[in-house]
Amino acid sequence: MSLTELTIADAASGLRARKFSAVELVRAHTDAIAALNPRLNAYITTTADGALKAAQQADEVLAKGEARSLTGIPLGIKDLFCTNGVRTTAASNILKNFVPPYESTVTANLLRDGAVFVGKTNLDEFAMGSANITSAFGPVENPWKRNGDDAALVPGGSSGGSAAAVAAGLAMGATGTDTGGSIRQPAAYCGIVGLKPTYGRCSRFGTIAYASSLDQAGPMARSVRDCAIMLQSMAGFDERDSTSVNCDVPDYSAAIGRSLKGLKVGIPAEYRAEGLSAEIETAWQQGIEWLRAAGCEIVDVSLPHTKYGLATYYIVAPAECSSNLARYDGLRFGERVPGETLDAMYEATRRAGFGPEVRRRIMMGTYVLSAGYYDAYYLKAQKVRTLIRRDFTEAFQKVDVLLTPTAPTPAFAQGEQSDDPVQMYLNDIFTVPASMAGMPAMSVPVGLGATGLPLGLQLIGRPFDEETLLATGSALEQAAGFTHRPAIRAEAAK
Amino acid sequence: MTYTIEGKTGAWEIVVGLEVHAQVISHSKLFSGASASYGGEPNTHVSLVDAGFPGMLPVLNQECVAQAIRTGLGLRARINLESRFDRKNYFYADLPTGYQISQFTHPIVGEGTVEIELSDGTVRHIGITRLHMEQDAGKSMHDQDPARSFIDLNRAGVALMEIVSEPDIRCPEEAGAYLRKLRQILRYLGTCDGNMEEGSMRADVNVSVRKAGEPFRTRCEIKNVNSIRYVMHAIEVEATRQIEVWEDGGEVDQETRLFDPARNETRSLRSKEDAHDYRYFPDPDLLPLVVDQAWVDELERGLPELPDDKRDRFVKEYGIPRYDASVLVAEQAIADYYEEVAKGRDARLAANWVTGDLFGALNRTGRAITDSPISAAALGGMLDLVSDKTINGKIAKEVFEDMLETGDSAAAIVERKGLKQVTDTGAIDAAVADVMARNADKVEEYRGGKDRLFGFFVGQVMKAMAGKANPAMVNEALKKVL
Repeated sequence: MSLTELTIADAASGLRARKFSAVELVRAHTDAIAALNPRLNAYITTTADGALKAAQQADEVLAKGEARSLTGIPLGIKDLFCTNGVRTTAASNILKNFVPPYESTVTANLLRDGAVFVGKTNLDEFAMGSANITSAFGPVENPWKRNGDDAALVPGGSSGGSAAAVAAGLAMGATGTDTGGSIRQPAAYCGIVGLKPTYGRCSRFGTIAYASSLDQAGPMARSVRDCAIMLQSMAGFDERDSTSVNCDVPDYSAAIGRSLKGLKVGIPAEYRAEGLSAEIETAWQQGIEWLRAAGCEIVDVSLPHTKYGLATYYIVAPAECSSNLARYDGLRFGERVPGETLDAMYEATRRAGFGPEVRRRIMMGTYVLSAGYYDAYYLKAQKVRTLIRRDFTEAFQKVDVLLTPTAPTPAFAQGEQSDDPVQMYLNDIFTVPASMAGMPAMSVPVGLGATGLPLGLQLIGRPFDEETLLATGSALEQAAGFTHRPAIRAEAAK
Repeated sequence: MTYTIEGKTGAWEIVVGLEVHAQVISHSKLFSGASASYGGEPNTHVSLVDAGFPGMLPVLNQECVAQAIRTGLGLRARINLESRFDRKNYFYADLPTGYQISQFTHPIVGEGTVEIELSDGTVRHIGITRLHMEQDAGKSMHDQDPARSFIDLNRAGVALMEIVSEPDIRCPEEAGAYLRKLRQILRYLGTCDGNMEEGSMRADVNVSVRKAGEPFRTRCEIKNVNSIRYVMHAIEVEATRQIEVWEDGGEVDQETRLFDPARNETRSLRSKEDAHDYRYFPDPDLLPLVVDQAWVDELERGLPELPDDKRDRFVKEYGIPRYDASVLVAEQAIADYYEEVAKGRDARLAANWVTGDLFGALNRTGRAITDSPISAAALGGMLDLVSDKTINGKIAKEVFEDMLETGDSAAAIVERKGLKQVTDTGAIDAAVADVMARNADKVEEYRGGKDRLFGFFVGQVMKAMAGKANPAMVNEALKKVL
C-alpha cells in the first residue's frame, strides 16, 4: 500500500516499527502535493522544505523511542490557523502577504505532539462559504468525479482545501474550522471524516476569527480513529481563550469500537427537509438500520426550531464577522491601498482586500447590528438561538446522540448554485443548528450516491461528549465499510 | 442658595452631569499582559492583542476587575455580581480592532453616591448612575510629519473606569467639588492616580439650562476636559451660550462640543445627525463577568479608611473643627502625617501647625507632603518642646523656620540658639519692673481704665527678654504689679 493511503493510526505504528521513515512518509506527501496541487489547488502555501526538515527531526525522535502521538505524521493546516513564520492568508487578498510571528494554540498542540505540517490548505475567504469558491487564491477542486462526467466538482466549504487534501492523499489529516458546517459539509462532499468538537473544546487563540461565538477547530481525516487521535492533540483548555472550557480531555481513541448496546439514537423529524435528495434519504435510512443492528435503540425526536436555524445563523454569523473583520483596515498589517483621507484609505483597502462574499456578510452584519435594526434582527436571533439550544438539551434528555444527514445533496459542480447566495447557504441547513447550539457533531462517509459521489451522515452529541460521536461514528464506518477512493488521488497520479 | 445665571428673560438654572474616565492603576492592560504604565517610547507597551492581530483574543485582567469593585465600594455603590462586555464598533486609526470593548448595557457597578462640601459648608450628595469598565484607545500624533500621522498604541487597551454621575450638579463650584472628591476617593483607594495632566482622569461634561421648576432641556456634551478648572469654566461658558440661544428664540441642539480654554468658548464637534452608529453587541470572545459576593466582601474588608470616614473620626477623636479635618484628609499622605504628629500630643495644636505653618512652607517651596523638609516626627518633637514649656509659641515659629532651612531637630536648634524659655520668676519680675519704670505714663493710663494697654506691657516685657519669657508667667507678673 502506498504511504499516502495509510491512516494516521497505521502510519504511526509503521513509523514506530521502522517500516518506513518519517522522511519517506512526508516525502510521499510533498511529492503528491507537487504533482496534484496545481490541479486541485488544495493548498495555498506548501512547506515542503520545512516539512522535510521536521521529518528528519521526527526520525531522530523515533530513533530514540520518544515518539509522541503524531510524530512524523504529515498534516495539512487550514490557512485560517496562524502559523509562526508561515504565511497565513485566510484565503483573502487583505492578508495575502501576512506572516504571523506567533502560532495558534491548536497548531502548537499538534507540533508539540510531533506533527509535520506540509502546507496551508485553501478555504473560502475568511471561512465564508460552502463550496470553496470564494477563495482569493482560486477554487479548490474536489478529487471526486461523477460517474462518466469530468466536470470539476466543489469540495464543499469552507474547509474545502483540507477536505480535498485529505481525500486525495495530500495529507494524512488536516485541521478544519467549523462555524456553520465548514468541517462536516466538506468532509461529506469529499468522503472523509470531519469532527466539529463542542464549542470551547479547542482553543480559538491564533485562529483567524469569522464568527467568534460559533467558530471551532476540529480534525478532518480518513478514519474516525484518526480524528480521535488528532482531536486528542488539538483539544484542551487554553487560558488565552476566555471561551475555552477547562474540563478534562478524555482518551478519545478508547471510545473507538465501544459497544453501542442500549445507546439511544434520536432521529429528528425536522431534518426530513425539503430539498433532501432521495439518495441521501436512503443513506440516512441505511445508517439507522446499521445502528439498530449495532444494538442502538432508535427514537424519534423533535427539534422544532430547526427551521429557524439557517436564518438565525445568517444574522448572528455576519453580525460577528462585521465586527471581527474591522481590524483589517490596512493600518498595522496586511495590504493597504492608499487614500487621500483616512476613510478613503479604509474604503480602498477593504474594497480591494475583501471578495464579494465577505463584503456581503460584512454588509449584512453591519445592517443587523445597526441601532434601528438591532432588536428586530440580532436580539431576536439570539432569542431564537436560545430556543434552538433548548431543543437539543431537551432531545438529549431522551437520547444519547442524534443521527441526521450532513448535507442535503452530494457535491455539486463548480458554477452550479454560485449565482444564488441563498441557494448556496442552504448547503449548511443540517449542520448549522448544532453549531448554533454549540454541540459537537461529526460527519462520517457511509456510501456512494447514484452518481458515484460520497454521502455523509451527521452525528450530533451532548456537549463535551465527543466520545459518543466517535463510538457511534466508528460503528457506522465499520458497517459502511467505506473504502472508496476519489478519482484524483496521490496513488492514481503515479 | 441656588446658583443661577441672569439672562435677558430672568434667572436660569444650570443642570450638569459628569462622565469621568479614570485610568485604572494596574500592572497590565484590561485584556492583555502588556504594561499599563504611563510613558515609554511609542509602541513599546503593546501586545499582539492590543494591536488587534489576527486570531488574538482578549483575556480579562482580574486585578482591573478588583479595582473597579473597590472603586464601586468607595462610591458606596451597588456591585453587580453579573456584568457583561460589549463591543462598540467604530473605525479609527488608533482603535486597532475596529471596536472598543466596553460595558454598555450591564456595568459592573450600579447606583452610588458621592458627598461633597461647598465653601459655605453646605453638604450635598451627587448621585452616581454607574461605573463601567472599558479599554482605552491609542493615540494619534499629527504633528510628527507634514504628510503622515503616527499612531502610538501604548495606551490602547489600558483599563478605564467610566464613572457617570446623575445630572445632580447645579453650579460650577459643585462640579469642581465633585471632581476633587472623586479624585480624592480614587487616590485613597489606589484605583486611579487622578492625574489629569497625564490624562489618567478626564471628564465629559453634560450641560443644560432651564428655568426654575422646569423639566430638563436639551443637553450638550463637552468632551474630554482635562482639568477641574476647565470643567468649571466650560460649564459657565456653555451654560451662557445655551441661555443666549434660548433667549434669542433658538433651539439648543443635542451635540458634542469641545471646550477651547484659550478662546473661552465651546465649539461644535459633531451633531447628533452625524453621530456614530456604534453597533453595540455582546463581545463573543468574552464570557459574562460573574463575581461572587464573598470576593466583593473580601475586597471591602481590604479597603482603606475613606476620606469622609477619616474626617468624621478626626473630628471625634482629635476634637478638631470639621473644616480642619476636611483639609487634613484631602490626601491620605497628609492625614497620615497629621496623625503621626498628633499621636499622644495636643491634637488641636498639631492641626494648627500642619494646616498653618507646614502647608504654608510646602506651598512656598512647592513640595508635596511626601517630601516635606520637616518630617512628622521632627514637627512632633518641636510640639513636645512647646508642650513642656521649653519654648513658647513665638519661639516655636522661629525654631520651625530654622528646621525648614537646616533640617536640624527642634531640640538642637533650641540648644544652639539658646532659645530655651525663661521661667525664672526673678528675671521676669525684674523685666516687668524695668518696663513699668520706663513707661510710668502708660501705667497711669492703664490704671485710669485703658485696659487695652495690657498687651503693650506684655509686648515690652517679651521684647526685653528677647521673646524667651514664658508668656503665662509674664501675664501673671504684670497682673500682680498693675
